Amino acid sequence: MKLTDDEKAMLDGKEGIGRQRAMELLVRYCKALGAERLVDTNNVATAINATNPHQREWAARGDFDGVFAEFNVDSPDRFEMPPLKAFTCHLIGAMDVGHWQVLGVPERLVDLQRQSEAFFGPRGIQLMQTCTPYQVGNVPVKGEHCAWMESSAVVYCNSVLGACTNTEGTASTGAAALTGKIPYWGYHIPDNRFGTHLLRVECEVESMMDWGMLGYFAGELVEEDIPVIDRVGKVPNLIRLKHFGAAAASSGGVEMYHVAGVTPEAPSIDAAFGPRRRPAQVIKYGPAERRATYDNLNSQATDRDIDFVMLGCPHESIEQVWEVAKLLDGKKVSANTQLWVHTPRAIKQVADRNGYTRIIEDAGAHLMSDTCPAISQYVPKGTKVVATDSAKQGHYLPAILGVQCWFGSMEDCVNAAVSGRWNGAL
Amino acid sequence: MTTITLHGRSVVGGKTEGETLVTRQTISGWGGVNPTTGTITEKRHELVGQSFKDKVLVFPGAKGSSGWSVYFHMCRLAKTNPKALLFNRVTTKVALGAVVTHMPAVTDFDMDPLEVIETGDWVRVDGDAGIVEVTKQARAAAE
Repeated sequence: MKLTDDEKAMLDGKEGIGRQRAMELLVRYCKALGAERLVDTNNVATAINATNPHQREWAARGDFDGVFAEFNVDSPDRFEMPPLKAFTCHLIGAMDVGHWQVLGVPERLVDLQRQSEAFFGPRGIQLMQTCTPYQVGNVPVKGEHCAWMESSAVVYCNSVLGACTNTEGTASTGAAALTGKIPYWGYHIPDNRFGTHLLRVECEVESMMDWGMLGYFAGELVEEDIPVIDRVGKVPNLIRLKHFGAAAASSGGVEMYHVAGVTPEAPSIDAAFGPRRRPAQVIKYGPAERRATYDNLNSQATDRDIDFVMLGCPHESIEQVWEVAKLLDGKKVSANTQLWVHTPRAIKQVADRNGYTRIIEDAGAHLMSDTCPAISQYVPKGTKVVATDSAKQGHYLPAILGVQCWFGSMEDCVNAAVSGRWNGAL
Repeated sequence: MTTITLHGRSVVGGKTEGETLVTRQTISGWGGVNPTTGTITEKRHELVGQSFKDKVLVFPGAKGSSGWSVYFHMCRLAKTNPKALLFNRVTTKVALGAVVTHMPAVTDFDMDPLEVIETGDWVRVDGDAGIVEVTKQARAAAE
């Protein structure tokens, strides 16, 4: 592979051991990918998560330099973290320190989380603590080379914003933060961004739930390929595309999609497939496919008594928090059920100001930030049956926590929280 | 007993041999694997409940969360990682996962490893040269 002079200097250790180890990781990674060179990036989204269930032991030693060297650089030895070269934001984290008692987090882990933030914050890891950096100010521009983790953010970044990123991981984003480099491979290369499959929508796809199901269907069929969605009625908004991408990146590995006439690289079907290209497959999504997807998402659940309702995966926008507040206004969550709503902390501030937090709390629910149950692995004690409006969360929770999970609309979920029973329907 | 040799591209160097665990389904890392045991936990996966610890994992590729690599990283630290990774589709998830697992890994084969290799076959993996030697009837070979 070809390295530029500044890359060689870092690899040779001229900028210290931290950047040297980071360049070594990037070179090993390029070889694994078959990439020929690196590209400059000044937009990194990473996760340090020193308090994640499987990384706590490392952090408990109080050695955050060691945590970073091991997990964020895959370094064979510990080093003192040098100043970052690239603008870097932190994705979702392991807990909400504002709700640790509700979550049931042991106090020592809360201390550890606070120490971790006090360590990494001043060193330039922007503590946005959300899976949706694009909702709180990190909105890459079309063509911008990024190094993002978080499959739901990656697919949004590529598809909706037209910026360029692969689904990076903990080690590659740590190395990118230290060097300002990432392999020039995959979605950084314009030729790899064209559509592969045509998905013809032949039924109504309008609500957030509809878009979540369409994404779940698309991901299962195309796996890592690039679906082009055609014949969409109304233009979908941020919420709908956020849910579509998150679902497609969970049932499959979709990192990029096009919605004809909507997303920036698909002014038309032809443009989405690029010059000389035809779809490898044309797929129909009609009422039967919609029904099958709904049943598929609900196939793990049998008990209708709901212990826990989870909203906000990916983290909710202020518009969604407003919706939840309207649905909950004047109501009470069932004594047998808990309702947790998740939004970035910056958006929670707006919700506080608007009085939505109080409406949600008066109903007996919680508006949380910084984490979600799939990441924190905290759910209300004794939870066996969950309801969620997120196809992504519905996909992962049974595997991660061994619970049953119902999927439905936000309204179905709020109703379930209030009645304690699942009565969702298509 | 027959021996078949596959030629591919080196992803991560190193040499090893062992019994295979084969799946035709892509694998999730985060939300699909328990790093403490190396067990597949995705409910609808054909390998659910089975561990890849000390096995040569043969699979189409990675899917799901960007936590893929860090979960295989944690498997390495917990010593539950596969002995080698043989896969078809290169993505950033599986490539970085192989890098941080520090085990031999090979891809881009001249024959589809999912057609040639069955669970229980014995394989010798040369991660540097990208060569995989498959011996059918694992038990006979092991004895």
